[in-house]
Amino acid sequence: MNWADYVTTVCIIFGCFFFLAGTLGLLRLPDVFTRLHALTKADNVGLGLIALGAAFQVDTIANLLKVLLIWILVLITSATIAHLVARSALLQGEEPWESP
Amino acid sequence: MSVVYQTAALFLMLNIALGLIRILRGPTRADRLLAVQLFGTTGTAILILFSLDLEDEAYKNMALIFALLAGIIGVAFTRYAQKIPRKTKGDGRELG
Repeated sequence: MNWADYVTTVCIIFGCFFFLAGTLGLLRLPDVFTRLHALTKADNVGLGLIALGAAFQVDTIANLLKVLLIWILVLITSATIAHLVARSALLQGEEPWESP
Repeated sequence: MSVVYQTAALFLMLNIALGLIRILRGPTRADRLLAVQLFGTTGTAILILFSLDLEDEAYKNMALIFALLAGIIGVAFTRYAQKIPRKTKGDGRELG
């Protein structure tokens, strides 16, 4: 293993940690808006870290740009979906959760 | 390095399995849609890990398609789920 492999391993481990945080948030948080917050932020950081780890393993510039493109595409779609889902939940009369 | 990739991919698949619980419990359509988004993001990450493990760039193309389709699924389902008044043309027909 050379230094790039170590960097990739650390990035992937941190990425998996953020994915776990996103999944636990999806399961444990009380309403759709808080779940949205957990999912669309934590998961994108996880994917970003895994893409960063992959970027240390590519051999050509084209493949590097491809990994970057995947991450940017997921960021854009995820932000769009977060707004759409929150708006649709509000229009359907979903009440934001308040601490009892 | 192969061990790292495979363990991480397996871990992410377990994440997807956990996300299935949210689809079962619901309670609203929006919650189930969120679980689908989780599958999209996690699936993309798994495909990136596969492309590293198998040293095949084709998996990165698949990851791109996954990322794109996850977004389209989300937009399509929210359009279907919400009951907002649609904009109409001059003659009153719906734009869709």
